[in-house]
Amino acid sequence: MKICVLVKEVPDAAVQKRIDPSTGRMDRNGEKNLNPYDTHAIEAAMQIREGGAVEVDEIVAVTMGPSTAIRALHKAVSLGADRSVHLSDDALAGSDVAATGYALAQTLKRESPDLVLLGQQSDDGECYTIGAVVADHLQMPSLTQVIQMDVEAGPPTQLRCERQAEYGYDTVQVELPAVISVGDAINEPRYPSLKAIMGAKKKPLDALAIGDVDIAADRVGESGSKVICGDFKAPPAKSAGEIIEDEDTNETVEKIVAWLDERKLI
Amino acid sequence: MSLHELSDEQREIRELAARFADEVIVPQAPAWDREHTFPKEVFAQLGELGLMGVCIPQELGGAGADFVSYILVMEQLSRGDAGVGTAIGVHIGAGQLPILAHGTAEQQERLVPPLAQGHELAAFALTESGSGSDAGALRTRADAAQRLTGTKQWITNGSHAHVFNVFARDDDDGRISAFLVRRGAPGFAVTREEEKMGQHSSSTADLVFEATPSERLGTPGAGMRIALSTLDGGRIGIAAQATGIAQAALDLAVGYAKERRAFGRAIGGFQAIQQKLADMQTEIEAARALTLRAARLKQAGRPHTVEGAQAKLFASAVARRQTGEAIQVLGGYGYTKEFPAERYYRDAKVTEIYEGTSEIQRLVIARALLGEAARES
Repeated sequence: MKICVLVKEVPDAAVQKRIDPSTGRMDRNGEKNLNPYDTHAIEAAMQIREGGAVEVDEIVAVTMGPSTAIRALHKAVSLGADRSVHLSDDALAGSDVAATGYALAQTLKRESPDLVLLGQQSDDGECYTIGAVVADHLQMPSLTQVIQMDVEAGPPTQLRCERQAEYGYDTVQVELPAVISVGDAINEPRYPSLKAIMGAKKKPLDALAIGDVDIAADRVGESGSKVICGDFKAPPAKSAGEIIEDEDTNETVEKIVAWLDERKLI
Repeated sequence: MSLHELSDEQREIRELAARFADEVIVPQAPAWDREHTFPKEVFAQLGELGLMGVCIPQELGGAGADFVSYILVMEQLSRGDAGVGTAIGVHIGAGQLPILAHGTAEQQERLVPPLAQGHELAAFALTESGSGSDAGALRTRADAAQRLTGTKQWITNGSHAHVFNVFARDDDDGRISAFLVRRGAPGFAVTREEEKMGQHSSSTADLVFEATPSERLGTPGAGMRIALSTLDGGRIGIAAQATGIAQAALDLAVGYAKERRAFGRAIGGFQAIQQKLADMQTEIEAARALTLRAARLKQAGRPHTVEGAQAKLFASAVARRQTGEAIQVLGGYGYTKEFPAERYYRDAKVTEIYEGTSEIQRLVIARALLGEAARES
């Protein structure tokens, strides 16, 4: 079984994110890191391998991004991926979600994975959608926001997944191949060992351009994207909440009950 | 520090140490301090990750990273708990590195791998009751058969280490040499664990040697040279430790300034607090820059005695001063054990004392400035 994990380089969590008004794109000049949600996807792949229900031959980290994105791939490899694939091409700059999903799907076709894993959202765009777009192009079933995954050896190999929805939890049985995006509740990513960090640059890395994976130039990049960004506004400021100091717990409870009662919430 | 100053590996190693500090060390540090616990299990975990032999070659069981990486790890682990930093600093900087620099190939292959993998701990036994800054006055003796007799004081990792670098005077010519002793050797005993002001999670013990068998480290008479060159590098580690303690204090003070309200607003809105925090961060960045400069010189094999002394002198003073400022930002809460500010303050003070006092660092710097003129009495 081959697992491909889609990873993305995003602005580091400590960096204040801002939109560059001249381009309408996110300012990515600051510190960058591997998308934290993707580390859970890599860990999920590692746990499938170590679980022993199926034999995992290879875990491949795949990204699309500029040259700096190699760092995200090195990190993915230090966390357990066997090798990585870097799709990078000037023609891809400015791709929206649909264009990115198409480009990634073309890249994944070359690998013929049995399972594609990714973090449910990126720490920058927060779209939650790339998995579904990729799955559509690959004609595979797609599951999102998965927080538990159990392998049932086949044939056919199936995954029993629990996904976290707004209304509760869904349990879904899915036959592979499939594209699954995972939430951060699915696992606790392991620490990379120092040896893995030191060895990351020695693991194979395929550098690909759009011509290598039959990506049509007019379907990617700024010109191939249909989303038009503009007129950005900061979210409206929230009104200050009311703080009830807990000096006397009985009184505090009374105050909370009265507050809820006033608003007909209880 | 801008992370762009670092190589990819250095950044990843720093991030690993930072994550480990935040997730494993920080939550437990208050209890270790309160109960004077030496966190053995943490060193086992650090060993599994490769952090007990960061800058030790892979052939000897280490991770094969560079000295700068080790310094980055020292800062991050010390930010979590200063005592952990002390144990690692001695284990790597004063324990394993002298064996790498002065040991025979056979000694390296036999002694270093269990240390680098964290199965065993190392210690450095130079100080005695009558010789601290005046290390050359030590009285522990080595007979012709390299049996050691004497006492050592304030030995970090003393109660838990397996391998000790011991400095003693050769009976035949009175010169100081370095020796290696294994825990459990006949006549070796740990006699007392010191009660200290801070760094309660580190072990500081007195040792006794009574005709204890040892093996030589380096050539006869090279002891002071080995000790001093070890301290040259060790000081950079302590500078990193001090920077880490100060950073922890700053992080605490910043978080508190955002949350604590007085006169109807967060206290971070007052210029008095803003000025304090800005000064704290600026001094900490300066300490870090001096520390990394010294580390890069050592990594490049260049002289670093003065730069290491400057880094330690400055960073330890920053740590003492800024941990005090953090208490000031927290006010009365800073003086209580509810917050770690008082622990940082207690932990920081000794960085001005061990691995060469601030006065000795100034002496090192002044001698380099003045040459012979500084030695005239």
